Amino acid sequence: MTTTTEQLSATTLLRFATAGSVDDGKSTLVGRLLHDSKSVLEDQLEAVERVSQDRGQDAPDLALLTDGLRAEREQGITIDVAYRYFATARRRFILADTPGHVQYTRNMVTGASTADLAVVLVDARNGVIEQTRRHAAVAALLRVPHVVLAVNKMDLVGYQETVFASIAEEFTAYASDLGVPEITAIPISALAGDNVVEPSANMDWYGGPTVLEHLETVPVSHDLTACPARFPVQYVIRPQSAEHPDYRGYAGQIASGVLRVGEPVTVLPSGRTSTIAGIDTLGQSVDIAWAPQSVTLRLADDIDISRGDLIAPSASAPATTQDVEATVCHVADQPLAVGARVLIKHTTRTVKAIVKEIPSRLTLDDLSQHPSPGQLVANDIGRVVVRTAEPLALDAYADSRRTGSFLLIDPADGTTLAAGMAGESFASKAETAVQADEEGWDF
Amino acid sequence: MTTTVAHVHDETDAPYALSHLDALESEAVHIFREVAGEFEKPVILFSGGKDSIVMLHLALKAFAPAPVPFTLLHVDTGHNFPEVLAYRDAAVAKHNLRLHVASVQEYIDAGKLRERPDGVRNPLQTVPLTEAIQQLGFDAVFGGGRRDEEKARAKERVFSLRDEFSQWDPRRQRPELWQLYNGRHAPGEHVRVFPLSNWTELDVWQYIDREDIELPEIYFAHERDVFQRAGMWLTAGEWGGPKDTEPVEKRLVRYRTVGDMSCTGAVDSDATTLDAVIAEIAVSRLTERGATRADDKLSEAAMEDRKREGYF
Repeated sequence: MTTTTEQLSATTLLRFATAGSVDDGKSTLVGRLLHDSKSVLEDQLEAVERVSQDRGQDAPDLALLTDGLRAEREQGITIDVAYRYFATARRRFILADTPGHVQYTRNMVTGASTADLAVVLVDARNGVIEQTRRHAAVAALLRVPHVVLAVNKMDLVGYQETVFASIAEEFTAYASDLGVPEITAIPISALAGDNVVEPSANMDWYGGPTVLEHLETVPVSHDLTACPARFPVQYVIRPQSAEHPDYRGYAGQIASGVLRVGEPVTVLPSGRTSTIAGIDTLGQSVDIAWAPQSVTLRLADDIDISRGDLIAPSASAPATTQDVEATVCHVADQPLAVGARVLIKHTTRTVKAIVKEIPSRLTLDDLSQHPSPGQLVANDIGRVVVRTAEPLALDAYADSRRTGSFLLIDPADGTTLAAGMAGESFASKAETAVQADEEGWDF
Repeated sequence: MTTTVAHVHDETDAPYALSHLDALESEAVHIFREVAGEFEKPVILFSGGKDSIVMLHLALKAFAPAPVPFTLLHVDTGHNFPEVLAYRDAAVAKHNLRLHVASVQEYIDAGKLRERPDGVRNPLQTVPLTEAIQQLGFDAVFGGGRRDEEKARAKERVFSLRDEFSQWDPRRQRPELWQLYNGRHAPGEHVRVFPLSNWTELDVWQYIDREDIELPEIYFAHERDVFQRAGMWLTAGEWGGPKDTEPVEKRLVRYRTVGDMSCTGAVDSDATTLDAVIAEIAVSRLTERGATRADDKLSEAAMEDRKREGYF
C-alpha cells in the first residue's frame, strides 16, 4: 500500500488503543501498521537498524521504533502509553499504544479512555488467557464502542480455521457478556503480514476485512451525537470592546449530542433557563453544531453563567447530585482510603469531595468482587461512594463517556488518584468469597 | 461468532461527521480554553516557526472576538533567520500582543552560558527559558511540540507537569484520561501544554493551507548560499559557518523546520507554493527532524535528556 497525495483530501480521525504484550506480537503488529502505511520513514528505520546491529541482533528490532525512553530500551519493556500517528488515503489514525506488563492496568485504562476502538491481541497457540479477559474487561468498563480480537501467530498453528474459530467464539461470548457492543475477530500473522494490511493468501477461509481495512471503515463517534446534548462551559468570552460592547459568549466543546439555535436550554446546577440565540463556531455563525466541536454559545437572556456550569437542552437535562456512586480505576502510587478528602474534576468543574465508602474491589481475572477492601491501591478497580461539596450534573458513564467520567485528585499535591466512571460498571457478578490479594497483574 | 464485513464509504459525508482537521482544531481550541480557565499566567512560546504560528492562529480563534488572554515568549538564540524574526515582530504588532524575549546571546555575553565548540545554540535555550518562566512567573507554557516528532515526545502528555527546576520526569507524569486535563501544580511549578500533541507534520501543513495562514518566506523554495555540514545544507552566516573547508554554493532550497541557523538544514526543493510543499511532504521518505535537525541526532536519548532538563 502506498500513500499518495490522495491523502490530502478531508478524511476522518480514528483513535484506537492496542492491548497485549510483547509476547503476543504487539510491537510487530504496531510496527507493521506503521511501516506498511509509510509512517515509519527512512531515518527512523536507519536508526533502528543501527542500534539493532550495535547490539548484535540479526534483524531490525521493531520494538525500538516504539520504545522512546532510555529505561525502556535498557530493560526492553514499555513503561508508559505512547501515541503513534499514521494515515491512509481513507483515514487518519491516533494509536494509544499501551504496555502489556505488570502493574499497568492504568495504562490500558488511559489508552481506552479516549479510544473509539481497542485491538486485543492473543497468541493463537495460547488462546484466551487471564490477560485477555482483563483486556476485555477494561475495554468493557471503559465502554470502548468497538473491540477487535486479533488472533496473532496463525502461521504457528498452520493457519487452521478451527483454532481461530474456537478462540473467537470464546472471546466473543465473554466480551458480549460484559456488554461490549461490537466485536470483530480477525486471524492474523503480524510477522508474516497476513490480514494486517494485505489479505492473507494462507487463510482463504476467512472472508472478513484485514485489520487496516476494518480500522479504515469502522464508524467513528456516532455514539457522541446520538446522546442528549451536553455543553460544559469552559470560559466566558466578553471582549467589552468598542466593536463588541455587549458580546457575551460561553465557550466550550460540545461533550455529546447536537445543539440548535432556538433550542430552550437549562443551565446547571443553577437550573436557570434560556434559549440558544446563536452558535459561533471557529470563524462563523451556524444554526447547528454537534460533538465534539468547540463552539461559543450565545443565549437570549443575560443570566449568570461561569466556568464549570453545564448547558443542556431543557427537554433532556441531567439531574444534579452530591452523592456519586461510581467505578474507579486507581492510578496513583498512594492508596485511596475511606474518609479521604479529595477533589473531583468532572467536565470543567472541580469541587471538594470525601470518599464515603469503598463497597468493593474487583478482580479483573474472574470479575469477582471483594467486599469492603478499606482502600484501593495502584491498578485496583473498585466501587466508590463519594459525597461532593457542591452538586454535579453527572450522567451515567454508560450513557455518556465524556460527562459520566471524572478524576479524583489529591488536593495536597495535585496527583491524579483515580479515573472514575459514574453509575453501574457492567453486568455485576455475584460476590465471591474474599481471596488473598494477588500481586502484580501482568497487564 | 460474528464477523462484521465493513462497507467502504466516505465518512465525511455522514451527518455529524468532522474532518480530521476539524477534530484536531476543536481539540486544540479546547486545550487553549482549559488553560485560560484554570491558570493565572499562561504564555505561548512563539518563535515565528510554523508550529508556533499555527498555535497562535488557534489561540486567536479560541477567544474571538475577544483578544488572546496570553502573552508570548521567544527564546532567541541569536542565530535566528532574519526573515523569521521579521515575521515574529509583524505578527506581534498585527494582533496587538505582548512579546517577552529571553536572549541566549545576553547570557553568553554575561558569562552565564558558554558557547559550544560546534556553535550549536539550541541546547543553550534551556537556561534562559526556565529562568524566564521563573522570573516572569508563568504557570502554563504553551509549546508547539508534536508527539509524532520524536520517540521521547511520543510519551509526552498534553499537560506536562514540570517541577520548580522545570524538569520533566517521564515516570511521574499524570495519566491522560478522557479529555480531563489535570493542571494542578504547587507554587513554583508550572505546566507545559502542547495543543498540537496529536497533529502530524502533514496535518500542520494542510491546516496552514486550509486556513490560508501566511508563513515566513524561508518555508518555500528560494535561492540561498549554503554549504554542507553533517549531511545537511546550512546557511552561511555570522554564526560560525562555513569553515574554509566547506565550499559555499547557491542552491534552490526550502526549510521544513525552522530553528537555529547552526543546526537547521535546508532541503533541495522547487516547491514555491503551499500545494507543492504539501505534495513534497506527502511523498517524503524522511521525518521532518531527521532530514533537517542536527541537534536531535546527538544520541539515542538526546531529546529525552534535554526534556528532563527543561527543554521544550
